[in-house]
Amino acid sequence: MWTGTPLFPEQASTMAGRVDALYFFLIAISVFFSLLIAGLIVFYAVRYRRRDPAGVGAAAHGGMALEIAWSVIPFLITMVIFVWSASVYMAISRPPDETINVYVVGKQWMWKFQHLDGQREINELHVPVGRPVKLIMTSEDVIHDVFVPAFRVKADVIPGRYTNLWFQPTKPGRYHLFCAEYCGTRHSGMTGEVIVMEPNDYQTWLSGGAPEGSLATTGAKLFSDLACNTCHRPDAQGRGPVLEGLFGKTVSLQSGETVTVDEAYVRESILTPAAKITRGFQPIMPTFQGIVSEEQLLALVEYVKSLQSLPVTEGTGVGEPTTRLPSPPK
Amino acid sequence: MTTALVPARHYLNDGYGIKSWLLTRDHKRIALLYLAGVTFFFFIGGAFAVLIRLELATPVGDLVSDETYNKLFTMHGVMMVFFFLIPAIPSVLGNFLIPIMIGAKDLAFPKLNLASWYIYMLGAAFTTYAIVTGGLDTGWTFYTPFSTVASTSAVIPAALGIFITGFSSILTGLNFIVTIHQMRAPGMTWFRLPLFIWSHYATSLIMVLGTPVLAITILLVAAERLFHFGFFDPAVGGDPVLFQHLFWFYSHPAVYIMILPAMGVISELVAAFCRKPVYGYPFVAFASLAIAVLGFLVWAHHMFVAGISVYAAMIFSILSFLVAIPSAVKVFNWTATMYKGSVSWQTPMLYAIGFIGLFTIGGLTGLFLAAVGLDIHVTDTYFIVAHFHYIMVGGTIMAYLGGLHYWWPKISGRLYNEWLAKFSALVIFIGFNLTFFPQFILGYLGMPRRYHAYPPEFQVLNVLSSAGASILGVGYLLPMAYLMWSLRYGRLASDNPWGAVGLEWNTTSPPPTENFAEPPEVTWEAYDYGSPVVEEHV
Repeated sequence: MWTGTPLFPEQASTMAGRVDALYFFLIAISVFFSLLIAGLIVFYAVRYRRRDPAGVGAAAHGGMALEIAWSVIPFLITMVIFVWSASVYMAISRPPDETINVYVVGKQWMWKFQHLDGQREINELHVPVGRPVKLIMTSEDVIHDVFVPAFRVKADVIPGRYTNLWFQPTKPGRYHLFCAEYCGTRHSGMTGEVIVMEPNDYQTWLSGGAPEGSLATTGAKLFSDLACNTCHRPDAQGRGPVLEGLFGKTVSLQSGETVTVDEAYVRESILTPAAKITRGFQPIMPTFQGIVSEEQLLALVEYVKSLQSLPVTEGTGVGEPTTRLPSPPK
Repeated sequence: MTTALVPARHYLNDGYGIKSWLLTRDHKRIALLYLAGVTFFFFIGGAFAVLIRLELATPVGDLVSDETYNKLFTMHGVMMVFFFLIPAIPSVLGNFLIPIMIGAKDLAFPKLNLASWYIYMLGAAFTTYAIVTGGLDTGWTFYTPFSTVASTSAVIPAALGIFITGFSSILTGLNFIVTIHQMRAPGMTWFRLPLFIWSHYATSLIMVLGTPVLAITILLVAAERLFHFGFFDPAVGGDPVLFQHLFWFYSHPAVYIMILPAMGVISELVAAFCRKPVYGYPFVAFASLAIAVLGFLVWAHHMFVAGISVYAAMIFSILSFLVAIPSAVKVFNWTATMYKGSVSWQTPMLYAIGFIGLFTIGGLTGLFLAAVGLDIHVTDTYFIVAHFHYIMVGGTIMAYLGGLHYWWPKISGRLYNEWLAKFSALVIFIGFNLTFFPQFILGYLGMPRRYHAYPPEFQVLNVLSSAGASILGVGYLLPMAYLMWSLRYGRLASDNPWGAVGLEWNTTSPPPTENFAEPPEVTWEAYDYGSPVVEEHV
């Protein structure tokens, strides 16, 4: 029965080794202090066992040196753990600049993955080995949580906002994907697999599906279906801000604040356009709350991301309309 | 010690009949009312745990449906946290002992004390009603928007029960604070107080300051559920993570409501069974206050994966490490107290030793969770489940049982069977470790908590855990049986069967209604074993 009973999880990402090293350090500290305390207690209990029923203990009053020692030494040890764990945490929370991005939508009780090239998956996520992957995640209903034990990463998937999770797999294979935040009746059924593939197999897999074209293309179609393009026009004649080249830039708002255009801001601007109005524009855009689904939102976000800067024509200072078709990612 | 006699007049024979109990203003009788209440809810919560462990003996969900399973772990948590762990030590042992230990006739507000018990029972009745009529499936944490939008279970009545019970907690805390300030006997200075009093003082501060935040949070949940106000639901403009901030602002300090009184019990047990003053008394006393204060500043360590900012996570991580220091100081001081003590191996001391060992493991594994880079992997897994059971079951319940055994002769005037009691303590210790140690390994392997079914490779560790739980269950039933038995058949206890120091041992067993025949005057330090003044009293 013991065969096939692991006592330690597989290491399958660049982060696993770093997290495990910290884990083993903490185990060493814990074993040392547990044995120290347990050893002393058992030793004293035996050595100073009451033999005379009327016996009393030797009067001993606190020594300041000892009190300081056992306050300061644990303090210093915890600060070592803090610095170490904070550095691991920084690595976990800061994805590299170049990542393969996959959009994730959680709902009771399934995971939907949307690749930029257009492939859509449910409860399975295919990724290549050796490349950093970033998941951009949101939920359609309650809070969920993506947890891949073999990668030692986990992040809540929260309705109404985007959260990120990144990892770089180091070994091809199939790994458990769990929902780790309790989400209702079939919470324990909200599981799946991350399938890590050799780069060639991954390329083959990528080119296998996606009848609808890339995610940005889907977004472009939606953009015109919803008539967004009547106001957001590349020729600066529209009533809304020009979106080309906007993603990642900082824009000034009516309120005097500035905001960086990221996934969350694009999402917010579609659902509650009046929340943060760009300076120089009127709050005339209608809300799309309840009109576009989370998945359509992701396609629109990806479309906005894909819009390249307009080439600036020397002398006129006016951007020329160029093709609306996004360039393929990578 | 051999010629124990029942005192002619004591609090138990001061009036008979149901009315003399239900309308009593005697803190000792109210403590026994609480004892009946918390014991009842402990076994209800325990029954849910039995079903949980039975279900998890196999990887597939076969014993109960997923819906039922979710209700079982929710109701196990709600019952144990709000109706057993939080009131257990303060309301039973604290209620019984605080006035006696400081040489007072009663608490400052005896009627309020009785009202607290009724409020507690009323709250428990609401939550029990919720359980009977459909149950609750939100987890004891009530995370939004699940609890406000998605759950179809009895969220409102269950939450209302917790809301009501909160007032019992607030009033008890208030009563303790005023009593400790105002009712100390002549000569009972702050630094002559037993450490049990210091830890209850710190606990009371948390009860009074923290519980209102929980009450407000519950009202917000109810308002969103009933009237669709957009506090937490993003579909109507709310923020689901705001709920977690509010909830943990109370519920993390609530962990210290559960463990601080336990620490107070352990200080008393270690001193009594080593016949020695607690080493570093002022450090242990101030450690309680430090824990109470720092405990309010660490709540977001429950939220490292909930999308909080990188810098917020760092700050809450470092603060969480700081709260570990006063706990460590206490463990070191208890251990040092045993050095050159006269160490008795009677039952309460076995529980104290068990507490120190299990609390040490619980506390050290807390460092794993404060370490933010490591917490990401282990949070929401069985590692967390194991960690908090080491603190709450290995810590609080061990101390509660140790205290119950230590003061049982005072409470009941009877002695229990020492051999059976030692045996039970050992059964509980073994059962506990077998139940919860495998869960640390399961958690690091990645088994998420609150899973009705799980991948087959986790089965062996789950079977071990379920086996341990059955041993633990027997271990808890034994004291229930022999303590009840002792009420009628136990040998009579002398006034001071342990040869311990403390005002509670200077009065009869059981004490008279007014606690002391003559109001005591204190001329000695706490735990002053060996001093001639005290020898006289012992």
